[in-house]
Amino acid sequence: MSSNLMNGASMLLECLVREGVECMFGYPGGVTLPFYDALYDHPLRHVLVRHEENAAFAAQGYARTTGKVGVCCATSGPGATNLTTGLVDAMMDSIPIVALTGQVSSKLIGSDAFQEADTFGITRSCTKHNYMVKRIEDLPQIIHEAFYIAGTGRPGPVLVDIPKDVFQGNGHYAPVSTIHLPGYKVYTEGHSGQIRRAAQMIWDSERTMVYAGGGIIAANASAELRELVETINAPTVCTLMGLGALPSEHPNFISMPGMHGSYAANMGMTHTDLLIALGVRFDDRVTGKLAAFAPHAKVIHVDIDPAEVGKNRNPDLPIVGDVRRVLQKLNPILKETREQEAPKKAAGRQAWWDQVKAWKEQHPLQPSYSDSEIKPQHLVAEIDRIAGGRAVVTADVGQHQMWAAQLVRFNAPRLWVNSGGLGSMGFGLPAAIGAQFGQPDNLVISLVGDGGFQMSIPELATIAAYGLPVKIIVLNNGYLGMVRQWQELFYNNRLSSVTLDCFPDAEKLAGAYGFKGRTVEKPHELAKAIDDAVAEPGPYLLNVKVTPFENVYPMVPAGGAVNEMVMGPPQPVPVG
Amino acid sequence: MLQTISLLLENKPGALMRATGVLVTRGYNMESLTVARTLDPGLSRMTIVVDVEPHQRAQVIKQINKLINVLQATDVTESPSVCRELVLLRVRAAQESRTAILKEAEIFQARVIDSSTEGFVLEATGDAEKLDEFIAVMRSYGDIE
Ligand SMILES: Cc1ncc(C[n+]2csc(CCOP(=O)(O)OP(=O)(O)O)c2C)c(N)n1
Ligand SMILES: [Mg+2]
Repeated sequence: MSSNLMNGASMLLECLVREGVECMFGYPGGVTLPFYDALYDHPLRHVLVRHEENAAFAAQGYARTTGKVGVCCATSGPGATNLTTGLVDAMMDSIPIVALTGQVSSKLIGSDAFQEADTFGITRSCTKHNYMVKRIEDLPQIIHEAFYIAGTGRPGPVLVDIPKDVFQGNGHYAPVSTIHLPGYKVYTEGHSGQIRRAAQMIWDSERTMVYAGGGIIAANASAELRELVETINAPTVCTLMGLGALPSEHPNFISMPGMHGSYAANMGMTHTDLLIALGVRFDDRVTGKLAAFAPHAKVIHVDIDPAEVGKNRNPDLPIVGDVRRVLQKLNPILKETREQEAPKKAAGRQAWWDQVKAWKEQHPLQPSYSDSEIKPQHLVAEIDRIAGGRAVVTADVGQHQMWAAQLVRFNAPRLWVNSGGLGSMGFGLPAAIGAQFGQPDNLVISLVGDGGFQMSIPELATIAAYGLPVKIIVLNNGYLGMVRQWQELFYNNRLSSVTLDCFPDAEKLAGAYGFKGRTVEKPHELAKAIDDAVAEPGPYLLNVKVTPFENVYPMVPAGGAVNEMVMGPPQPVPVG
Repeated sequence: MLQTISLLLENKPGALMRATGVLVTRGYNMESLTVARTLDPGLSRMTIVVDVEPHQRAQVIKQINKLINVLQATDVTESPSVCRELVLLRVRAAQESRTAILKEAEIFQARVIDSSTEGFVLEATGDAEKLDEFIAVMRSYGDIE
């Protein structure tokens, strides 16, 4: 039995191949040398990023656009600590990634050895679960468990810390056929009785609202969501994490709710009598003041994580289960009973739809334009035009992210990639790298702010090195726009440390990396500039100078009730 | 309010840290904690008392139950359970009060674990109230620890 004798590094690769891993994102170092040596002549693709944080973000970009588990890798100490932001980010948005870190040799652990950090301890709260491999015999089991935990139930990041001697040691690889995790509880099916009750509640309501989130995307339940929405003909809002769960062009789609959600979405949430919450977590950015949120509504809450059900809002009907499985059971019941039940409340439902449409018409989300300057919304509208509801758009964090969420259409899931829960600046560009590997044939646009972009500039080298045709579009307002907006609105416009001077020349910057770039500032040049960027076969950096002082509206002030949103800047009061 | 949670967890590296860590991360105050092995060497039994708002009770249990190494966490605050505390107490005593201390110890059914010229180490078990009384009585004889 010498054929399967191998070192830990090769064993790890064997496990990754068995998990179907095709590419991973990482950065080598001292203790991962044996692993990189094994990679040297191995077909598995390793993408060398320029910073470990970006390896985690790229792995997320890959996971978010494919639905597969993303993989990233870092060395011990600083390599591992650099991963942490990406891990917390994946935790907050329930994104399945497996992070592999090297650790100093077992006998040195605890001795403050060179590049030793307590990765296992540090990442306890950054991960769904984490492991430290103590013996090479345990390696295969742990790796397969890690993938299983990351990708099942409520997905999330799992980290495996591997000491150098485990990489180097030899052992017999025995394929792992079963995973036994007695403490890992995944509730998928949903209680049939509760599901039947849900159907009845739906028919008994008039002002139904579907509130769909990232859980729909994680569960690949878009088709089932659409079936539900069409069967009961309910207006539907998708959260920041759920955009694309229902096609943006679907007649029942209203928009995103919450702090920067539309008037119609927030009024709908306030006046609904039945909120069907699917794969959402009643996040504060959605609910505003919790006590005033959906005050007239009964709530049906479907989530795979029992801890989310009742965490922020006590539902009238909790259903713990995989939202896809639950909808697969609920939809047939609704279809069977529709003919008999739907007419009972038809008039009320029609009135509700009329109301929702009226709200939509009163305050539609629409771009604004100027003849002399490019308005940021104009830029985002252009991105929407070129994306056509089909391209991948990754965003960074800030005003540009919110405008994109409001104005860009996503007609399929896994196209909109953004850091929702953690709001990590520096996410957009590396996520686009992962997204381009995930959807190699699709157009990938990375819309970033001038602040966040400068957190990710090193990754231009990765984009250039792999010839990734990512279209980087900088919404350049010269400010940390979202912070400036808050300073303007809530701190007497005392703009403190938010000015971004000395933005580099885009053409020269891209040129330095060997690809094309340009800056535009004239509104009439914008459309062509975007067309040119997309027509370019390789990467492109388009720096778009926009009006600096534009604010994102509507806006629900933090802690306010969502129906008290501010629709726009205060109008000048005529004097005299 | 004080909530008592009994949990059964795998005896895996970091399992203890996870159970206590999740409480700290989620902002709950731990009042006391005991860990013991069970008959199955692969499992440990942990009893945690946390100070929480009544409406948070279910959430605490759910968060702990989410941990991969936890087989089961249950809220035993209201379940009929035997709750006994153990006190080990050192009392420094002058020569003349030694006999009196031993008499009191007998009343509380405390055992003498150690005796020296400086005093005694006593062990007592019982419910919290009885032990508080025991401590108060001993304090009246001299420095206690
Ligand atoms: C890592 C990180 N640091 C700080 C913040 C706080 N923050 C949120 S939005 C924002 C401004 C972003 O500016 P920019 O990238 O130019 O985007 P804009 O809002 O102007 O579109 C800042 C600093 C954050 N979200 N993430
Ligand atoms: Mg900016």
